[in-house]
Amino acid sequence: MPVLCLGNMYKTPCSRLTGLVGATVNKKLTLSAKAAKCQLSSLSLTQFRTTDSKEWLTFQQLSFLKRQYVVRHSGALGQRPRHKQEPVSAMLEDRDDLVLQQIQQIPTIKPVAGVTVPVPGAAAAETPVDLSNEPEADRQARMEARQWKELKVDYSELPDIYARLSKIKLTALVVTTAAAGFAMAPVPFDPTCFLLATVGTGLCSCTANSINQYFEVPFDSNMNRTKNRPLVRGQISPLHAVSFALACGIPGVALLSLAVNPLTGLLGALNIFLYTSCYTPLKRLSISNTWVGAVVGAIPPVMGWTAATGSLDAGALLLGGFLYSWQFPHFNALSWNLREDYSRGGYRMMSVTHPDLCRRVALRHSLGLIGLSSVAPFTGLTTWTFPLVSLPINLYITYLAFQFHRRADRQSARKLFFCSLWHLPMLLLLALTCKTRRAEPEAPPAAAATSSLAVQS
Amino acid sequence: MNVSATGTLLVRSQCPYHGRNAPSLIIFTCSRLHSTGQAPKQANQTKRASFSPSSSSKHDWIGPADRLSNLRPIIYHIPENETPLERRLRHLRQETEDWNHQFWTNQNITFNKQKEEYVLTQLKAKGQEERDDKGKKRTLSSEDMAVFYKHFLDKNFKRHADYNREWYRRNFTITLLMARVALLRTWRRLRGGGPAV
Repeated sequence: MPVLCLGNMYKTPCSRLTGLVGATVNKKLTLSAKAAKCQLSSLSLTQFRTTDSKEWLTFQQLSFLKRQYVVRHSGALGQRPRHKQEPVSAMLEDRDDLVLQQIQQIPTIKPVAGVTVPVPGAAAAETPVDLSNEPEADRQARMEARQWKELKVDYSELPDIYARLSKIKLTALVVTTAAAGFAMAPVPFDPTCFLLATVGTGLCSCTANSINQYFEVPFDSNMNRTKNRPLVRGQISPLHAVSFALACGIPGVALLSLAVNPLTGLLGALNIFLYTSCYTPLKRLSISNTWVGAVVGAIPPVMGWTAATGSLDAGALLLGGFLYSWQFPHFNALSWNLREDYSRGGYRMMSVTHPDLCRRVALRHSLGLIGLSSVAPFTGLTTWTFPLVSLPINLYITYLAFQFHRRADRQSARKLFFCSLWHLPMLLLLALTCKTRRAEPEAPPAAAATSSLAVQS
Repeated sequence: MNVSATGTLLVRSQCPYHGRNAPSLIIFTCSRLHSTGQAPKQANQTKRASFSPSSSSKHDWIGPADRLSNLRPIIYHIPENETPLERRLRHLRQETEDWNHQFWTNQNITFNKQKEEYVLTQLKAKGQEERDDKGKKRTLSSEDMAVFYKHFLDKNFKRHADYNREWYRRNFTITLLMARVALLRTWRRLRGGGPAV
């Protein structure tokens, strides 16, 4: 700002300040003449001259550049290719704090006589600028000022904030597994119960995820994957996050307990407890957190089943088993490429502390998926076609887990992780299509009718 | 970067960021900076540039992530009629913020330093220079780095566990205090709102 302000202030009256980079003054002659008038140091003039540009930029171009510029350098003050345009765009900012900041930053120095200037963003017009002290620091201060945000809840952004707080995509996956559990239950499909169960499970999941983020703010700040979460960015306060969690959790558990059945409500509450009070603290204490996390993932389909039938059967446990085993290739592959962040953040994950075990467990449980699929017909969950049709995808994920085990590199980990993302929905869908069909109620009367016809004829 | 939390805490309790016409400017050479709005800034003693929200703002302000600790600093708004409970909350939040900042700065610096040392010793053991023929820095394989990551976690286990415990305790206390303050404020507004409420 000081640099350009100077240019604007001491320009000849007849030259127009059309472009925002108003420094397209005839450099050599006029500047030196003005320098004498302005009592500027030659150093600052040189700065001014060398950073000058001949093009007139439009406001749109400048805003675009400014946006790019801010995004690219957010949080880090480094080499800046076009810093000279910043002052002008800063002047065009309409925000009080920025104007105030400019006033604060300009030390009062000897004013130069006889200069009145129309400067856009007039705040700086009163006090002339001393260029001999760090314009760089002022520039940096101004850049930083722009990055400060008021901690005021923006109600228009609240749905998006809540979605990110509750990890909506993960919640959607959890609800899908619960829905699959409900659909796989060997009872007639009840749409109302289904709706209540899925909504209740979704609310429980929102609660668990919100509390998890509430606990982990400083850790999330330090990991690249999580540093844009709402609490880290301060978009809502911790109290707000906890209130949201309670507002989801209490109705969620109540809905499950009262409108569905108490067993499902109990499982929902248990899952919230396991996730927030066991898994989250354990992440920093012991690698057993992964096994606890696998149980947390296994409970939602069981909840779906109990919502439909009201009891825990072998089929429910088997479905839970699918989710439990699936968790290991999924999570171990994910955590493989985050080892540095986990180590720096103090997270104790298998991939960091026991890398061999990590890969072995992923492979072991991929094979376990094949085994569980074979057991499914024995429990009456599915027909015999299920182990057959699910064999291709199970073999594929086992193959990728084997490659991961052997190669232990980033590529194989990524491949295994992305495979696990489609493998689970596919497996559940196949199970649904191969579900054991119960005899229809209309069939016996029709059979009786045909048999009586046969007898008569 | 100098990290001294205690110095900032002392002075911060004396100078609110807005509203009062405090003419003096307070500059620190430590990592957290706090200054009032009106006076001109003294140049080049400050490691962190200061930011002062406008005096009309009634909210806290959150800044960009710190380069070393990756945590975002907050400047707390001090209302005119701040109750002792609110002051206690504000002090606790500020102190927790400084404590967190100190821990993570230390953690990140230590981690990066030890990582560099480890890479150099490993390369030396292999008989390689730090940079290859093209001038790029050499990196170790994932397996070699994994040894370091495990070692770092094991060495710092107690420190991390202690930090964890302390952080949970502080987080709970702050949230409870925030809840009490929010309830009290709502109660005050309802009471002070008068017959219209």
